[in-house]
Amino acid sequence: MTGQGAPGRPGPLIEVRGLRVDYGLGPDAVHAVIDADLTLLSGTVLGLAGESGSGKSTLAYAMTRLLRAPGIITGGQVLLHGGTGSPAEAGTINLLAADEGQLRELRWSHIAVVMQSAMHALNPVVTIGAQLTDVLAAHRVRMDKTERRERAAFLLEMVGISADNLRRYPHQLSGGMRQRVMIAMALALEPAVVIMDEPTTALDVVTQREILTELADLQRELSFAVLFITHDLSLLVELADSIAVMYAGRLLEQAAAADLYRAPRHPYTLGLLRSFPPLHGPSRPLTGIPGSPPDLRTPPPGCPFHPRCGFAMDICRTEMPPAFSTGAGGGRSATCWLQDRAHEVPAELAMAGPGSGPGAGPGPGGTRPAQAPLTDAVQPAGAAALPGPAAGLPEGGASLADPAAVPPGGGASLPDAASTTRATGPVS
Amino acid sequence: MAVTTTEPAAVAVEAAPPLRGRRLRLPRSPKVLIGLGLLIVFLILAVVGPLIAPYNPSADLAASGTPQAPSAAHWLGTTQTQQDVLSQLLAGGRSTIVVSFLAGVVATIIAVVVGVAAGYLGGLADDLLSMLANIFLVMPALLLLIVIFGFLPASSNDLLIGAIIALTGWAWGARVLRAQTLSLRNRDYVESARITGESTVRIIGWEIVPNLLPIIASSFLFTVLYGVGTYTAIAYLGLVNIDPHWSWGGMLFWAQSVNAQVNGYWWWYIPPGLAVALLGTALALLNFGIDEFINPRLRAAGLTRRRARQAGIPARFPLGVTPVVRLPAGSPAGRPPGNPPTARPPADLPAARPPAGAGQVDTR
Amino acid sequence: MLARKLPFYALTFVIAITIDFFIPRLMPGNALDAVLAKAGSQMGSPQALHALEKLYGIDNPAGLPTQYAQFWESLAHGNLGISTSSYPTPVTSVIATALPWTVALVGAATVISFVLGTGIGILVAWRRGTWLDSLLPVTTFFQAAPYFFLAFLAIELFAVKLGWFPYGLGQNQLDYQSGLAPGHIADLLDHAALPALTIVVASAAGWMVGMRNQMLTTMDEDYVLIAQAKGLPKQKVIWYAARNAILPSVSGFSLAIGFVVSGALLTEIVFSYPGIGFVLYQAVINHDAPLMQGIFLIITLAVLAANLIADFAYLILDPRTRQEA
Repeated sequence: MTGQGAPGRPGPLIEVRGLRVDYGLGPDAVHAVIDADLTLLSGTVLGLAGESGSGKSTLAYAMTRLLRAPGIITGGQVLLHGGTGSPAEAGTINLLAADEGQLRELRWSHIAVVMQSAMHALNPVVTIGAQLTDVLAAHRVRMDKTERRERAAFLLEMVGISADNLRRYPHQLSGGMRQRVMIAMALALEPAVVIMDEPTTALDVVTQREILTELADLQRELSFAVLFITHDLSLLVELADSIAVMYAGRLLEQAAAADLYRAPRHPYTLGLLRSFPPLHGPSRPLTGIPGSPPDLRTPPPGCPFHPRCGFAMDICRTEMPPAFSTGAGGGRSATCWLQDRAHEVPAELAMAGPGSGPGAGPGPGGTRPAQAPLTDAVQPAGAAALPGPAAGLPEGGASLADPAAVPPGGGASLPDAASTTRATGPVS
Repeated sequence: MAVTTTEPAAVAVEAAPPLRGRRLRLPRSPKVLIGLGLLIVFLILAVVGPLIAPYNPSADLAASGTPQAPSAAHWLGTTQTQQDVLSQLLAGGRSTIVVSFLAGVVATIIAVVVGVAAGYLGGLADDLLSMLANIFLVMPALLLLIVIFGFLPASSNDLLIGAIIALTGWAWGARVLRAQTLSLRNRDYVESARITGESTVRIIGWEIVPNLLPIIASSFLFTVLYGVGTYTAIAYLGLVNIDPHWSWGGMLFWAQSVNAQVNGYWWWYIPPGLAVALLGTALALLNFGIDEFINPRLRAAGLTRRRARQAGIPARFPLGVTPVVRLPAGSPAGRPPGNPPTARPPADLPAARPPAGAGQVDTR
Repeated sequence: MLARKLPFYALTFVIAITIDFFIPRLMPGNALDAVLAKAGSQMGSPQALHALEKLYGIDNPAGLPTQYAQFWESLAHGNLGISTSSYPTPVTSVIATALPWTVALVGAATVISFVLGTGIGILVAWRRGTWLDSLLPVTTFFQAAPYFFLAFLAIELFAVKLGWFPYGLGQNQLDYQSGLAPGHIADLLDHAALPALTIVVASAAGWMVGMRNQMLTTMDEDYVLIAQAKGLPKQKVIWYAARNAILPSVSGFSLAIGFVVSGALLTEIVFSYPGIGFVLYQAVINHDAPLMQGIFLIITLAVLAANLIADFAYLILDPRTRQEA
C-alpha cells in the first residue's frame, strides 16, 4: 500500500503527467483539464483547490477513469505505484492504459471515492449493510457472509455509527451519518488512496468539523493518502499536507500547505488567500478577486488568469507560462511568468515561507508543516514591489510576513485533534 | 404507488433554468422530423380528404358481391357492396382526426386546470382534485365507453364523441402536471413572485404554465394518441360512426363483418389499420422529441460514441470507464488554447515534476 | 401507508357501483325502450320483463334511495341479475364461464410482455449508441397500432398464410376434449397463442420505452457512478440501477393496466376468444343490459384489485415510502 521512496519518506503513489481531458470530440470540444502534472505521495493529504468549473473534479474523476460521457481523456499518463502484496499491486500501472478488468480490480481496493452528496451517492433502495458488503463480496472472495457482516459492523463503528444501522436505508439516517457511511464504505478494502470530492460542502459547519476531525484521525491511523477536492482553501490549509491550486483547467500552483498559505507564489493563490479571513492572528481586509472565471469554450489566450491578474504583463496575454519550480527541495511550482527569473517578483509573492530557508524541513508531503521549525526568520525577499493592486492594499504584503501572525503550534495542526478520541466518538 | 403517492418524474425539469427567455429548440433528430412530417400529411388529409375522394364512399354500387382487389378503377379495391375503399379511407380520415384532436384539446384543458390547481393550491383542494383524478384514472376507460355508447343510440356527432372520450382520458395528464407544478412551486422565482405580491392567477399564468409547456405538449400528444386508438376501437365495435359518417374504425367494422382477414381481403382492412398505426406513430415520435427536450439525459444518449465513430476514431467506449483517445498531434482538437504550436518552455527551466531531490532550488 | 389508500379504494368501489346503478336510469327514453323491447323478445316471459323494468326504475313503487339500497343488497348476495340474451342464465354464470379464459390469457400475456419489455428496455439503455437505439421507432409503431389491427395482421400472417395457428375461438369446437387432458391443454395453448402474441407485441413496446427512459435517467445518478467506482461486476451495477429505474413503471401501472384491459378486450373480439371481452361484445350487440352492467362491475373491481396489488408492490420495492405515517 505504500509507495517506494526513501525509508521514512513517503514515495509517490499516484503520478499524473500531462493529463488532458476534454468534453466532447472535434473542433468544439471543451478542454477541461490541460497538461496537468500532479504527484500524490502515499499516506499524505493532497488538497485540490479551485473555483467551480476549474476542472478539479474533472481531473480527479479522470484519474480513475470514472469521468462520465462526454468526458474523454486525450493525453497524458496516470501512474499508480504499488508496493508489495498481490500481483496486481506490484509495480506500476498506467491507469489510462489499463483495460476494464484491471480497472475493476484496482477500483476501491486501491482507490476509493467519497462524493459530495451522500444522499445521492447511496442507493436509496438498498440497505446500508448491503452497500458496505457488496465491495467485500466483489473483491474479497474468500470472505463468507458472516465475515462480511462483521467487517461491515466494524467499519460503521470505526466512523462512530452504531452497527444497528446496517439494516437501515439511507433516507433513515441524518446527513452527517450518511457522510460517515460513505467514508466507512470507502475504507472497506483499506485502499491506498481515497479521493474526496467536496465531502463536507453539503453539511453544516458543526458536522463538517466533526467529520473532518474524524477523517484526520482515520487518516493518521490507517495511513491512506487523500486527494481532497474543495473550493474552500481555508479547509485545506488545516487539513492538507500539500495543496494544488487549479484554474480554468490548469494547475497554477502546487506547494506544501503551510508554504502556500504563508508564501504564495501565484497571483491567483494570493487572491484566494485574501478571500477568507486568516485563521489566527490579526484580521486583514478581504479583497477577493475581481471578475469571474473564463468560459472554457473560449478561454483567453496566454495565461487564463491574466484578465483578472493585478500583475499581468504583456507576455501573460500571449503565451501560457510553464510551471516553474520554486521553493526548496522541489515539488513546489508556480505556473506564472513572474517566476521565470527574468522578472522582478512583487513583494507579496516573494515571501519566505516556513520551509524556504536552507536546511529547512523536508519537501511537501513528508511531514505536516506543524513540525516545521518555528524560528524561521520571516522576511520579505526585498525585491521592489511592482505597481499593481499591491500598492493599493493598506497593509501591503506585510500582514502575511508579520511574525505576530504566525500562529503558535505551526498553524496547520487541527485544533484539539488529539482530544477527540474515537473510542467515544460522536454518535450522531 | 400505482395510484396516489409517488408521482411521475418531476425530476427532469428541475435543473433547467426558467423557460421564458430560453430559445425553444426541438432536437432535430430524424425521429422528430419524420413524426412531424407524417403528422402534417395527416392534417392535410383531414382537411382535403373527403374533397378529393374519387367516389362517394357510401355509394353502393351493388347490393352484395365479392370485394374486388385493387385495380385501376379502384386503387384500393372495393368492399363487398362495391364501395370504393380509397374514398372511405380519405373520408374517414377527417372524422378520426377531428375526434381525436378534439379529445386531446378538451382533455388537456381539463388536465391543466385540475393538475395545476391541485399542485399549486395544495391542501384540501389538492386532496379533492387528486381524488377525482385518481378515480377517473382507475376506471377502465374503454369499458366505460363501451357501456356508455352501448346504451346510447349510434351517434354520429364527432364533437360529442370527442368530448366523451376526453372525459376518460384527462386523468393521467392531470397527475403529471400536478407533480410538476408541485416541484415548480417551490422554485425561487415563484417564491419571489409570491412575496412581491403577484396575484395567484398571474403567477400561474406567467411563471408556472410557461415552464409546463413541454409537458403540456407531451400530454396533449399522448391524449390524442389515446383518442385515436379509442375512437377507432369504438367504431370498430360498431358503436358509432359506421355509416354514412365514415371513420377508419368503421371501415374495420365492416371488414370484420365479412371476416375480411380470414378471406384475405387485405386491401380492405390493412389501409385503415395502417393509417391509424401511422398516425399513432407520428404522434409517438413527436412525443419522443419532446421527451428528449425535457430530459436532456435522453438526448445525449450515445452521442459521444456515435461522433467518435463518425470521426473515425477507433476508441472503445465501455460504460463506466472514461475512454482514452489519443488525438493525432497537430489536429486542432489536440492543441490546447493559449499555446501557439511551436511554444516550448524555456530550456533552462525544468518542469516541476521530478521526484524529490531533483530540480532546482529556488529560494526566491 | 396502505391504510391511507384503503378509503380511496373503498370510495372508488362505491362510485363504480353507483355508476353501474345509474347507467340504465340515465339513458335517453327511446334507447331504453329499444333495450327493453329487445329484452322482452329474448326472454319471452312477461314477468321477467316486468322484473327487469322494475329493476331499472320503471313502474317501481319504491323510491330511488330504496332502489339503490336494494341494488346493493342484491350485489351482496352475489346477484347480478339475469342475462337477457341467454335467458334464463344468471349474469354471474355467464361471467364465471368466460372469466377464466380472460384471466389466463391476459395474465400470462401481461407477465411475459412486462418481463420482455422491461428486459429489452434495460438492454437498450445500457448499450446506448448502438444499433439497439434503432429499435425504438419500430416498437413505437407497434405501440401505436391498434391492438385489433395487429390481431388482423397476426391472423393474416400466421393463421391464414402460414397456417401455424387457428384463427379464432378458444378451443377446437369439433374434437372437443375436456378437463386437463394433455391434448386439451395443447389445444388451448394453440388457440391462445395468437391472441397472446398480439397482446405481448402491442404492450411490450410501452414497457420497453418507459424502462429505457427510466434507466437512462437512473444511470446518471451518483450511486450508479459509485457502484462502478467500487469495481462491482457489471450485472451488479445494472441491477442497482434497474432496481431504481423500475419504480416509475410500477407507479404508472394504473395507466398501463387501462391499456392492457382495453387491448385484451379488443383482441378477444377479433379472435372470438371466449373471454370476458367477447362476451361483452355479444352483450352490446344483443342489447343485453344486465350482462353489460355485470361485466362492467366485475372488470372495474378487477382493475381496482390490480391497482391495489401494484400499490402493495411499490411499498415493498421502495423503502422510502414505508416511513411515512
